[in-house]
Amino acid sequence: MSIGRAFLEALESLSGNKLRSGLTVLGIVIGVAAVIAMLAVGRGAEASITGSISGIGTNLLFVFRGNQDDSVRNPKPLTMSDAEALGDQFSAPSIEAVAPALQGDATVAFGGEQTAPQLFGVTPDYFQVRNVTLAEGELITEEHMLGRASVVLLGPEVAETLFGHPDGVTGETVRIEGQPFRVIGVLESKGGGAFGSEDNQVLVPFTTAQARLIRRSSSDRVDIIFVQAVSGDVVTQATEEISSILRTRHRTEVGADDFTVFSQQDLLTTFQSITGILTVFLGGIAGISLLVGGIGIMNIMLVSVTERTREIGLRKALGARRRDILIQFLTESSLLSLIGGVIGILFGWLISFGVGQIAAASGTAFTPVVGMDAVALATLFSAAVGLFFGIYPANRAASLEPVEALRYE
Amino acid sequence: MATNSTSNVIEARDLRKVYKMGEVEVEALRGVSFDIRRGEVIAIMGPSGSGKSTLMNTLGCLDRPTSGEYSLDGESVASLNDDQLAGIRNRKVGFVFQSFNLLSRQTAITNVELPLRYSGNLEGRRERAIEALKAVGLGDRMTHRPYELSGGQQQRVAMARAIVNNPAIIMADEPTGNLDSKVGKEIMTLLLNLNKEFGTTLIIVTHDPTVAEQTQRVIRLRDGLLDGAS
Repeated sequence: MSIGRAFLEALESLSGNKLRSGLTVLGIVIGVAAVIAMLAVGRGAEASITGSISGIGTNLLFVFRGNQDDSVRNPKPLTMSDAEALGDQFSAPSIEAVAPALQGDATVAFGGEQTAPQLFGVTPDYFQVRNVTLAEGELITEEHMLGRASVVLLGPEVAETLFGHPDGVTGETVRIEGQPFRVIGVLESKGGGAFGSEDNQVLVPFTTAQARLIRRSSSDRVDIIFVQAVSGDVVTQATEEISSILRTRHRTEVGADDFTVFSQQDLLTTFQSITGILTVFLGGIAGISLLVGGIGIMNIMLVSVTERTREIGLRKALGARRRDILIQFLTESSLLSLIGGVIGILFGWLISFGVGQIAAASGTAFTPVVGMDAVALATLFSAAVGLFFGIYPANRAASLEPVEALRYE
Repeated sequence: MATNSTSNVIEARDLRKVYKMGEVEVEALRGVSFDIRRGEVIAIMGPSGSGKSTLMNTLGCLDRPTSGEYSLDGESVASLNDDQLAGIRNRKVGFVFQSFNLLSRQTAITNVELPLRYSGNLEGRRERAIEALKAVGLGDRMTHRPYELSGGQQQRVAMARAIVNNPAIIMADEPTGNLDSKVGKEIMTLLLNLNKEFGTTLIIVTHDPTVAEQTQRVIRLRDGLLDGAS
């Protein structure tokens, strides 16, 4: 018997009870659509996070004091001279630029409004290293550094909070910790980043912060050093160079670094593994609904076998072998799940599209990605579900004794 | 194998069938032996519980005897497995049931084609089905579905289905039982005509003495044994 013929017959038999077949198919449709949509949302989340991390700055490395498991007691603080050593072209050829920074909280006020953004004391190199651009105004320069000028760059969110609008605020004077600072510019909006919102921060000259805002025990001290590698390919070498320079300078024992070098690559890897787990988790939950749909198929096929006992008996009397009956019922169950799978893929794609539209309407750039692999997976999985849950009922049908089956009322 | 296997289409030797109903064993056939010649028209009669149905199921290869020898059209059947039995049923036996047993959603012609589908020989099956339907006088009802046909017409479709594979025997189980007497008579005439025309051996299980009268020989069963054979 040809496959096409078997399918045609199964289709005919299923269409004999449209409501029942439809409801059974619906179970699979929901399962497959959920799997497709969830995987797409997971993918989209990954893509959007990857994108925003890339926005932090190209080839960026972060150097912090202390290590990740706190195993070293009394870690030496990072200093301005550490930063200068890292900038040495000969001992660190893979490093393009170095930007030490002080980091702290500060209260910024204008008129009656006030807010508490992150405050960074930065050098002019910061803008290149962090890939920061301005929406308006000018950058912090060497002159500002030398003069410990009371100037500030506002993040767009800060400007919005203080002035009610994120632009046209250059030249205004705000108060930071009660001291007057002239606004020389506003940063370009970057959206959420790895360390909270990049938009909710203010930047002042390093020297100004050191002298007047963020007081540290040692005057030479810095909180974080941003390092730009020459290119993405040498990020690993750059990490090595930083480590070796700092080990020498801090005279640490082998395996007991009192600093941490964190690359953007590490960040990406971390976030990718998080979104990967998220995707598997969502897909798994959706998979459960597909499983429930499969049980629905099994249920309906069992009912169908019981109802058609006489027909099975007749077919056997006319010469149908075990295999013929098995194929007949397996074809029906696979067809149910296959139809459900196809409709489910369409539905899942529609849902993903809808989620994307909603995200776009609410201002978050987030595009769910329906991958071909997800589609293939869903198709395979739904066909497998149909086969798996069809085997038991089909086997039951095939094992019926013709005499008994013919006598069945 | 018996020496006269060419003229005997059925040879049954000491057929026994035991059913286990829980703890109790019921002997439905207790040693039945007979031959049926090719082209013969036979009636099997007997009160209910006499083993009539069991005998018919055994002769139709729907079931195996517990012991004894049975050969159908020269093939020994007793030791075959389920799929081999299915093959024998398909090639050598045509069934006509009391309740017609047609596939209700399929057309007459598809119903008639059904045995051919399982025979593996699909060539020209439509033509053969049309031929069979014409032989039972339903040439003009080929695309009708069972619910669009009268009882007599449905039984004719079943008969066309029984002869489509050119079987050695036709097993008819109360073929007129669900029909009124006039239509029943037509069906009987048609069955006898098929026997005359194609030489197919005809075995009819019946309660009805007027049906039995039209056959050449009656096999009577009582309590699982032949009762004054032929």
